[in-house]
Amino acid sequence: MSALNYGPDAVILKGLTGENWRLKDYEQRDGYAALKKILKEGMKPEDVINEVKKSALRGRGGAGFPTGLKWSFMPRSFPGPKYLVCNSDEGEPGTFKDRDIIRYNPHILIEGMIIAGYAMGIGVGYNYIHGEIWADYERFEEALDEARKAGYLGKNILGTDFSFDLFAHHGYGAYICGEETALLESLEGKKGQPRFKPPFPASFGLYGKPTTINNTETFAAVPFIIREGGDAFLAQGKPNNGGTKIFSVSGHVNRPGNYEIKLGTPFAKLLELAGGMRGGKKLKGVIPGGSSMPVLTGEVMMATDMDYDSIAKAGSMLGSGAVIVMDEDTCMVRAAERLAYFYFEESCGQCTPCREGTGWLYRVIHRIEHGQGRPEDLDLLLNLADNIQGRTICALGDAAAMPVRAFVKTFRAEFEYHIEHKRCQVKTGGYSNAAEPLQMAAE
Amino acid sequence: MIKLEIDGKAVEVENGSTVMEAANKVGSFIPHFCYHKKLSIAANCRMCLVQVEKAPKPLPACATPATEGMKVQTASQYAKTAQQGVMEFLLINHPLDCPICDQGGECQLQDLAVGYGGSASRYQEEKRVVVNKNLGPLISTDMTRCIHCTRCVRFGQEIAGVMELGMAGRGEHSEILSFVGRTVDSELSGNVIDLCPVGALTSKPFRYSARTWELSRRKSVSPHDGLGSNLVVQVKVDKVMRVLPRENEAINECWLSDKDRFAYEGLNSAERLTKPMLKQDGKWTEVEWNVALDYVAHALANIRNEHGADAIGALASPHQTLEELHLLNKLVRGMGSNNIDTRLRQLDTRADGQVKGVRWLGMKVADLAALQSVLVVGSTLRKDHPLLANRFRQAAKRGQQVNVLHVADDDLLMNVANRLIVKPSQMADALAQVAKALAALKSQPLSKSVADATANIRVSDAAQAIAKSLADKEKVGIFVGNFAEHHPEFSTLYALAQEVARLAGGTLGFLGEAANSVGAAAVGAVPGSKGLCAQGMKSQPRKAYIVFGAEPDLDAADGEATLAALYTAETVIAFSAFKHAASRYADVLLPIAPFTETAGTFVNTEGTVQSFNGVVKPLGDARPGWKVLRVLGNLMKLDGFEFNSIEDVRADIAADLQGFVAGKLNNAIGEVTMNLAPATAGVERIAEVPLYAADPLVRRAPSLQKTADAKRAATAGLAPDVYDNLKLVDGQSVRIKAGAAEVNLPARRDPTLPAGTARVALALPETLALGAATTLTLEMLPVAVTIGHAAE
Repeated sequence: MSALNYGPDAVILKGLTGENWRLKDYEQRDGYAALKKILKEGMKPEDVINEVKKSALRGRGGAGFPTGLKWSFMPRSFPGPKYLVCNSDEGEPGTFKDRDIIRYNPHILIEGMIIAGYAMGIGVGYNYIHGEIWADYERFEEALDEARKAGYLGKNILGTDFSFDLFAHHGYGAYICGEETALLESLEGKKGQPRFKPPFPASFGLYGKPTTINNTETFAAVPFIIREGGDAFLAQGKPNNGGTKIFSVSGHVNRPGNYEIKLGTPFAKLLELAGGMRGGKKLKGVIPGGSSMPVLTGEVMMATDMDYDSIAKAGSMLGSGAVIVMDEDTCMVRAAERLAYFYFEESCGQCTPCREGTGWLYRVIHRIEHGQGRPEDLDLLLNLADNIQGRTICALGDAAAMPVRAFVKTFRAEFEYHIEHKRCQVKTGGYSNAAEPLQMAAE
Repeated sequence: MIKLEIDGKAVEVENGSTVMEAANKVGSFIPHFCYHKKLSIAANCRMCLVQVEKAPKPLPACATPATEGMKVQTASQYAKTAQQGVMEFLLINHPLDCPICDQGGECQLQDLAVGYGGSASRYQEEKRVVVNKNLGPLISTDMTRCIHCTRCVRFGQEIAGVMELGMAGRGEHSEILSFVGRTVDSELSGNVIDLCPVGALTSKPFRYSARTWELSRRKSVSPHDGLGSNLVVQVKVDKVMRVLPRENEAINECWLSDKDRFAYEGLNSAERLTKPMLKQDGKWTEVEWNVALDYVAHALANIRNEHGADAIGALASPHQTLEELHLLNKLVRGMGSNNIDTRLRQLDTRADGQVKGVRWLGMKVADLAALQSVLVVGSTLRKDHPLLANRFRQAAKRGQQVNVLHVADDDLLMNVANRLIVKPSQMADALAQVAKALAALKSQPLSKSVADATANIRVSDAAQAIAKSLADKEKVGIFVGNFAEHHPEFSTLYALAQEVARLAGGTLGFLGEAANSVGAAAVGAVPGSKGLCAQGMKSQPRKAYIVFGAEPDLDAADGEATLAALYTAETVIAFSAFKHAASRYADVLLPIAPFTETAGTFVNTEGTVQSFNGVVKPLGDARPGWKVLRVLGNLMKLDGFEFNSIEDVRADIAADLQGFVAGKLNNAIGEVTMNLAPATAGVERIAEVPLYAADPLVRRAPSLQKTADAKRAATAGLAPDVYDNLKLVDGQSVRIKAGAAEVNLPARRDPTLPAGTARVALALPETLALGAATTLTLEMLPVAVTIGHAAE
């Protein structure tokens, strides 16, 4: 099989063919060298954390929280068990990067988690993998077996007195379980519903014990940081935005897929890697960080670099790195409707603004899309978004509100056209006058 | 302590307090739905969002910890906008059917919507509809009204101890429901009606019968279990419409057991006795009070003249008021008899001469939580004392070790440290084992009688573990339950429990059978050394009986034999709120008022005197029992019956009632002959008083009689070995024999029972024939085979 093409700058996904995921292959790619280095040189846990701090690695799950700082929150002298959890519940529409790590390079994640366990004095880890990728879950279990047999996992790793166990757990496909506290509830065998914070998982996490949760890609970046040094990782990106980042490019491009690029690479370069716009169409808009992030216009994106700070400056967020590219034929009302439906369907129902608000948002956009919009609807949408965002237990409310607000604000004229003409500006004759009945529970 | 500022007012709160608690302290009301002071914090309704200085978004007051120097605005424009936004969301899918909703007028959502809701809705779409659930005979559902605050769910998990309700589904499809096909069967279930801030869970018995603003709210005290829960009785046109808890942190907190809450239905029973009645020539006729009382006075005088005063006996219910029992006692003793008893279910009164006072809980109810280790001896704890059980449940969560010595391994829905489950006949032996083990652990000598009796018994592991739990802790309580009080060897159990408490350095207490058991003993409505106890009056029949508030067929330990004694009497005078079996054995029925129709006093198990007034007028010609006794005393020309008011009666008992009662409370007992393990043959009977059969009022509450608890009562629970030996099919009936008596009951396999036992309840018409039999013979009944099609 030909090599997978993740771009020339790939670090985590470097040298992968799709077949070479086994332990022996990983070892040939310097796998477990970082772990051996730590254990052989007797590197101190705090030095490991310092190295991660130096790398400016930021959480790859969406929030972009500095990883080293998070690790340093872990109470070192806590008596009793502490837990390490990997969030592989990749559910954000547009995001499909963690899956490639798990199926094509599982050992890099395992090594990253072992190192994290070492750094924070944690003896047990769990990898929570979402329910729809069963085959990848099984592969990860196989990789765990290999690691256990090779002595990388379990009691007295590589003959030292450091022990670490790692287990895989699969969810059942609820988006909300990607929220870290809902994930913990689900991992405990309960209904996946977020907990209110404080207390935060660092003090009251899995089974009420101190817990550190990181994204798959975050852990996968750790072996490189330890092997090559934090500075080397930082140098891959730019200050405060260390390292490479995997972007899942989807939408109207010629070659959708995962691309690992240095943070700070211009968006234009990423688009080029993805083969450019499909059919040579004009770029209309991009959601740069997964479906919950605000949409930006094509012009803004073409002038932006792909890193946390630059995208924030442009008015959106890097999020999980899911780049959804939309060309000039895209109906922005329909796109917003689809996203609103997703959040409506995935709201856990626990707290009021999200349970009630996401359905309301969806219904209003649905109405506009189906030619029954009213002039006051756009202000209503913005007001509802305000009433949801920042008022909920977890960030799902924000995730539902932000894209709606951004779509309405950025493409307001298109929404107004829909309301006024009762048809689509983009595709004449598309979803126009036909008053499709509202389908709620069907999907 | 933390200092912070709420709405400009400085306030100091304990570490760990929330903004909500701080706001309550300064009197700033923050709107809320899911927050409840007795439940864990959910922070899901988001109604309590407030503005906190430097916070980037509004924060929920219920879940936000108060921090030093925090500045909170609960009603700023910023906070109000957030609160109004949440209210709008809550209302979009709420049906707004207030005009037909029982909660209307006492609805948190309705009240807060006035303050925080818009006058019209911006939501133009179709509203959500949620299918109603059948949660059983007590709780009515209108689930479309639910706002998903999960108070009911948390109540089950945290207070009742069993998660009978949960939120299933996701997002808009979330709904509160019970486990598939199940009803809500907790004995505390009715509290979710109070907790529900909307009309989703309402009272089924009360449904559609009145609007809240039509009801007068009157204070009262529950006449059922020994706790004496404080009630608000709601009344419309002289009819009790429903009962709600009156908050009293020292007693019932803000809860009520279902019995306390729903037994009021019995007050409006068709069986209420509303006219005095006389039996003449075998026929009952309604008469005026003066005629009836003349008759009674003469009848009693005649018996006394012909047979002596000792031929008169009185059986009174411990659910009657202190004033009534005082006057009844005065009447009986005034006539020269000492035969009066309220402990109708107590078989063993051997130790009466040894008791030093009135037995009681031994401490305040609220202090139970401070105990570190407790032993509960012979108690159907959850059913007999639902709210005391909850006190133990909450304490167990905080580390109290609850040890149980009982005849069935009932699920107490709490963490039980050690259990010693034995046959009824082995209870004394088991308790003696604990005493023996404890003496060894504490290196203290057993008292002589216990030492002699336990010389040859072997200490089981479970008894050892219980003894260790008691020995290891400083604050220890030994609590004797109703089952032990009804036990044929109660005196032995009493003395052993005292010994265990002494060795452990702990407190001995009695959980307390009835609402006024303590009061009855305090005013002397027990025979004392000269009189006959209830069992004595049964085995040595009297010529005349006064039956006061009790239904001896169901309220006495041996109903059948007690009935037989009543039948042979020359005269039986029944004071009762209800028509009942007395019409067969009595010759006069005097309608006395139940607790809602008379002023009175109950002394609860912790010795607290709780007086109350009548909340409605007596029904028909029924009259308060104290007034009837007063007139009767006067008619009989007895001294000391001149009272103008209930206060006079109370003053006649003592100037300081509370002090009077407190002076009598004493659980100490002298030497009692030990009788550890009598030999038994056959299947041993576990004779409990079912939850909803314990007193005349609750027996007439139709909704409670439809509960799973009530239905289960009239079945025979058989220990697995007994059940399997009979080769029964589930639900098949068994023939239960005791001597010449036999009854048939549906059988069920009950894995909580020790081998060789069967649960066959007392206090039921179905089991009346068995009397107080302690051993039974069981036989399989032939299975009825239906041929052809079953009826539709």
